This record gives sequence, structure tokens and C-alpha cells, in this order.
Amino acid sequence: MPRIRVLVGTRKGAFILTSDAGRRDWAVAGPFFGGWEIFHMAGSPADPDRLYASQSSGWFGQVIQRSDDGGLSWNPVGNDFAYTGSPGTHLYYDGTDRPWAFKRVWHLEPSPSDPDTVYAGVEDAALFRSTDGGATWQELPALREQQGAKWMPGAGGMCLHTILLDPTDPQRLYVAISAAGAFRSDDGGASWRPINRGLHSQYIPDPEAEVGHCVHRIAMHPARPGTLFMQKHWDVMRSDDAGDSWFEVSGNLPSDFGFAMAVHAHEPDTVYVVPIQSDAEHYPPEGRLRVYRSRQGGQAWDALTEGLPQQHCYVNVLRDAMAVDTLPECGVYFGTTGGQVYVSADAGDHWQAIVRDLPAVLSVSVQTLS
Amino acid sequence: MAVQTGPATVRVVLPYPLYTLAQCAAELTLHVPRPVTLTRVIDALEAAHPRLAGAVRDRATGRRRPLVRFYACQRDLSNLDPGDDLPDAVAEGREPLLVVGAIAGG
Repeated sequence: MPRIRVLVGTRKGAFILTSDAGRRDWAVAGPFFGGWEIFHMAGSPADPDRLYASQSSGWFGQVIQRSDDGGLSWNPVGNDFAYTGSPGTHLYYDGTDRPWAFKRVWHLEPSPSDPDTVYAGVEDAALFRSTDGGATWQELPALREQQGAKWMPGAGGMCLHTILLDPTDPQRLYVAISAAGAFRSDDGGASWRPINRGLHSQYIPDPEAEVGHCVHRIAMHPARPGTLFMQKHWDVMRSDDAGDSWFEVSGNLPSDFGFAMAVHAHEPDTVYVVPIQSDAEHYPPEGRLRVYRSRQGGQAWDALTEGLPQQHCYVNVLRDAMAVDTLPECGVYFGTTGGQVYVSADAGDHWQAIVRDLPAVLSVSVQTLS
Repeated sequence: MAVQTGPATVRVVLPYPLYTLAQCAAELTLHVPRPVTLTRVIDALEAAHPRLAGAVRDRATGRRRPLVRFYACQRDLSNLDPGDDLPDAVAEGREPLLVVGAIAGG
């Protein structure tokens, strides 16, 4: 009988939500690492009991936790994220050059085939890889050679927040960085290229610059890895050529600003976003929490509201806080800065809150367990 | 008074997030080479409890993390040169070195 495990990272600890395939009755475990920020948790597709968690604190720095028993017990592993060589400088908000300095891990992406291999996207933006279960980490430094001296932090920091591994080509990786843009490697991370053609960002001096775009999220369907969807600072975008070019698919969305994005587990053209009012107003338009679903890969979007608050709702849904399961009837999940985690067991048609009063949710990831 | 030559026995008190991370007691006794300095105390702390590596001082720079403070003998030693001697009362184990998470965040 399949089961679902939802890994929730919050501002003040981690929580693990579990259910059977009905996804109506949930057990809630946690907080784990109480008081610490849990930016992200992820399970290994190759060994679902192998979990990784990014635990950090403005006081005491970065810890990487690992569980080998599905979250029952945890142990810290390596937290030495040393940039390769002399890391050089990047631009700061005031236009000055700042040395690269590690701050925290935003996202962990386990390998689909090896439980001991996991990628980490960090702030200041760089990509690291561990091949020993998180004990040691090595940077893939060629990424920062892509005009890294010109990269500048977004408001949330200069973070590498999205890592996509092409399931059909182990050599192909995508990453996204705020506020540098999207990048692709076709050789396992040895070299990279910016993939930002078609993006238009009025908030940077050259709106069509090769780097400097504030990409909030990229999503991919594993069966069609050449098609990518992007939630940018403004604009929802799509690429059908592995990021070589992008076109806008914001269509009828009430706002094309937002953070979170997901693709249906079985329908590569079914995409979910959560529109947010604006970059100055990080809450849903009209105080109505709506997930928007397109069944045609963007452009035409339908509001999904059943079970979601439709008045006086001023939460945000952050970039890593939306995910899907892979049950035959695809489940969709997202968490809010108000501490709610919602589930839809029918691809978005109806929603229910699993929990309502967690600390602000930073990330949601989902494991479908057999 | 006899000159002390062996390692000093230093008491260190950790804040809740760090002793829970290290899964140790809040107050530790560490054996620290003389002369007793902040650098040597933290070296001994990290050697005894590797989970704390990077939590008190930055791994890349070796500097105290900005929101970590060191107090002892009713004094703020946070900005003491990490190579300078700590007070005799700390080096002799009569007073603990307090590692404190700074009040911050409103």
C-alpha cells in the first residue's frame, strides 16, 4: 500500500507529515531541530529512507543533517562548504565588489540513482556536490565562471535555489540563481552556459542581459526534460529547447509575480503556480489564496480555490514550498508563510489543510513510498 | 607559586542550540594547552565535539560568528584578540567561559 511522506522545512524546525494513499488523515511528527531554520529537506529517490536536511541559523551557521531511517533519527554530517580556489568577488547591492562568502544551503537535490550523491545550492551562489552521503562537499566551480563577478543578490540573498537533474541524461543539470538567472551544464557540471535568452527583466539595466535575471523557480517533468517552466520575479516562462530560448506563458494569470511552481506527476503540460500580488506586496491578489493550473503548458490558467481561504488571506508561498506526489491521482502540496500546509489529492480540484499553525513554511518536498 | 605546565582545565558553558546540536552537557570541561586563549579553547571545543565545527567561528575565516559572544568574569571578551590570554580565572577553571547567542532579532 503506497504511503506519502511530506518533508516540511520551516523557520523554526522541521516537520514530517505522513499519510496513506487516501491523503485525508495525517500524522504529524516534529519539530525536529527546533528553533533552527530548515531551508530544505529532501529524500533520495534511490533510497527513500535516506533524507537530507539543511539546518541553519543566523547565530550558529550551517548544519547538514542526514537520516538513514526515514526521519526517525538524524545525525549531522559535513558542513564545510569551501569555495574552490580564490573565489573572487561578486557585485553587492551598492555596486561594490564583495568577496564570495558562504552563508547557508538553500536547496538539496539527491541523485536519482545514488543515495550518497547529493547536490547543494548555496548562498553566496554556488553549486556543491557530495558523493559520500554529505560527509564532504566539493564545489563545481565552473558555474561561477559564467560572469559571476556581475552577479548581484536578490532581496533574499544571492542564492542558488533550484537544481534540476535530467533523469534521461546524467550529464545534464540545470540551476537557477537569484539574481543571476538560469544555467545549464551538459557535462556533469564541468562547464556551464547561461540559458536566459528570451527573458525580459525591466528591473536590470539591460532588460535582456545574458545574466542578471531574478529567476525564482524552474520546474521540469521527468518524462519531458527538455521542456522547462520558470516563475521569474515577474513573468511565467516556458522553454521547449532545454532553456536555449524562453517565451512567456503568463496568459490570464491575475499576477505573473510569484515564487512556487510545480508540474503534475503524469501530465507534462499541467503546471501549477501561486500568483502573488507584486514584488512589494508578497501576498495573494485580493487576499484570496488561489493556485492556478494550466493544462496546456501555460497561457490559459484556471483558478483552483475549493478549500483555500478566499478572503483576508495575506500569506506567501515561497519558491521551494510546492511539490507533487506520484500516486495515480496526482497529489499537490504547498506550504505558506502563515504555517499552513495544504494538500489536494485530486490534482488541485479540492484542497484541505494538513496543518494550520506551523512556523512559516520555507520548503515542502514529497516522497511517494511503496 | 608553582608554574603550571600541563594543559589547563577550562570550563565552557554552551547555549541551548549548541549543546543540543553536540548532544553534550551545557557545561563542559576542556583540557587546553597553555597559554589559554580563545583560539585554543575553541580548538579544544571543536576537537571534543566535531559537530560544533563552524558553529562558533566561521570555517573559512576562522573569525567569531557575528552573533556569537564570549563572556567571562562579568566581562565581554568577544572582541578580544583570539590569540590573547584569557583571564586567569578562566585559565584556572574558577570561572567558566560563556558562549552566548547574542540578543538579536527583536
